[in-house]
Amino acid sequence: MSLGTGRDIVYLVAAVCFILAMKGLSSPKRARAGNLLGAAGMIVAIAITFTTPGIHNLWAIGLGIVVGIAIGAPVARRVKMTAMPQLVAAFNGVGGAAAALVSIMHFSFSPVSLSTLATYQVFEVIFGVVVGSISFTGSIIAFSKLQEIMPGRPITYPAQQPVNAVVALGIVGCIVAVLVDPTKVVMLVVLLLALLFGVAFTLPVGGADAPVLIALLNSFTGLAVAATGFTLHSNVLIVAGTLVGASGMLLTRLMSQAMGRSIPNILFSAFGSVVTSSGATEKEGRSVKSGTPEDIGVLLAYSNRVAIVPGYGLAVAQAQHVARELAETLQKRGVDVFYAIHPVAGRMPGHMNVLLAEANVPYEELKEMDHANSEMSTVDVALVVGANDVVNPAAKNSPGSPIYGMPIIEVSLAKAVIFLKRSMRPGFAGIDNDLLYDDKTTMLFGDAKDSLAKLVSAVASA
Amino acid sequence: MSSGILQFVTVFVLAAFVGYEVISKVPSILHTPLMSGTNAIHGIILLGAILTCGASHGPLQITLGIIVVILATLNVVGGFVVTDRMLEMFKTKPAARDAGKSGRPAQ
Repeated sequence: MSLGTGRDIVYLVAAVCFILAMKGLSSPKRARAGNLLGAAGMIVAIAITFTTPGIHNLWAIGLGIVVGIAIGAPVARRVKMTAMPQLVAAFNGVGGAAAALVSIMHFSFSPVSLSTLATYQVFEVIFGVVVGSISFTGSIIAFSKLQEIMPGRPITYPAQQPVNAVVALGIVGCIVAVLVDPTKVVMLVVLLLALLFGVAFTLPVGGADAPVLIALLNSFTGLAVAATGFTLHSNVLIVAGTLVGASGMLLTRLMSQAMGRSIPNILFSAFGSVVTSSGATEKEGRSVKSGTPEDIGVLLAYSNRVAIVPGYGLAVAQAQHVARELAETLQKRGVDVFYAIHPVAGRMPGHMNVLLAEANVPYEELKEMDHANSEMSTVDVALVVGANDVVNPAAKNSPGSPIYGMPIIEVSLAKAVIFLKRSMRPGFAGIDNDLLYDDKTTMLFGDAKDSLAKLVSAVASA
Repeated sequence: MSSGILQFVTVFVLAAFVGYEVISKVPSILHTPLMSGTNAIHGIILLGAILTCGASHGPLQITLGIIVVILATLNVVGGFVVTDRMLEMFKTKPAARDAGKSGRPAQ
């Protein structure tokens, strides 16, 4: 067996590892093993690549890998769990940039004359460049929004979508031009247009929708990698890139479904840029009931069943540990406590589960939305911690509302509702919540962590 | 079109179906780790980066080659480490579980 055949077999093994890794990631029990298997496949594939004939500049490759590890490992290890979404965006962005650069370098430095390349070969290159570049700059914008370097609200300007459409058409036009006559000038223009488009189409996406955007960009990077696989004649690049591209598309759809929205609606509607004004006048006359921690502590301590509904406010306040403490204090008194988790609680689907798992909340106490809703009518107190849009009945009751159709945790079915909120400010979506003015709702204003700590001592002394 | 390209197209189409099918039954709690995990997998571009850097000549190309390898390595390392950190939290924690159980009244 020749070395080349051996190498191809190793690549095949790596590709199988990636598929099994994704399979593993689909079940809570095998997820970690799956991820490690993926990493093993990656190491094997990278290691065997060094046996490729005609590889020079080993020092340069080694230097790049060492620098990459030296930067990447500490960052990935130290970043806070609440900052995960933007970190994924950042690592996705560098992947997109790498894919685009590989394609560009192949095109620009190839010893073969461009005119001798077949049309489909030029297409593979240009596809990798365009999609990788869009993913790169798009990820930078998504990162900046989540990291709050940029305002999270959608950034809009007049004729935004028509301008974007013109840029997109320009890209398509340039691709056609390159296919007809591959010149480096047009190639440069298409590169710049793609980089611009990545920024332009992500600007109007609101910070709350950024996770869906990241899922889409993740998928783009996968496709860009697959395109470089065609260029470099590498099956393992094609398989891995396509796996990510296809699963990323599905994941994007699943995530937007969880928000009750369509993908075009998320990308193009500048969702949340306008605070609905119709409800604003009406709310002046309505009163809000707010309670003291002691009152609420007594209410909690003497109920049979409590549902905790965590939202992003809990994550921001780093209150997941105190929330668990409150749950345990209640459980010691014989109260049945569970957590009702909305699919998009936090900033990414599953983000809240990660945060609560970090605080050692037992897995069995987390209930997914449908399950939680079916039990909500048996709940005495629903404790909403730093969540708003995911419990907003407007999603069910008012067809005019921008979040109409989004599935919600139906806390209004519980006998009493308590909101821990910093202020009356609406959530990410910028929509007023009628439930806050409901008779069975009590507000406890303040930082989620402080409020929960006060409740813990109130329950303990009740 | 040569048969070479057709072979790659075959691989592409089949991989697309596998990618779609393999995650179609993911519970929503695993969406974040899955996104992060697939993010790590497209770090396979490091393979392309190594080949590109390995074929470079002259200071400009080699400098770009090193940059590509750095970017791709960041993708691989960051992706897998972050995913592992997320999933570490899902593992069974006997201490915490016992504490939760003992806190409940006897049934």
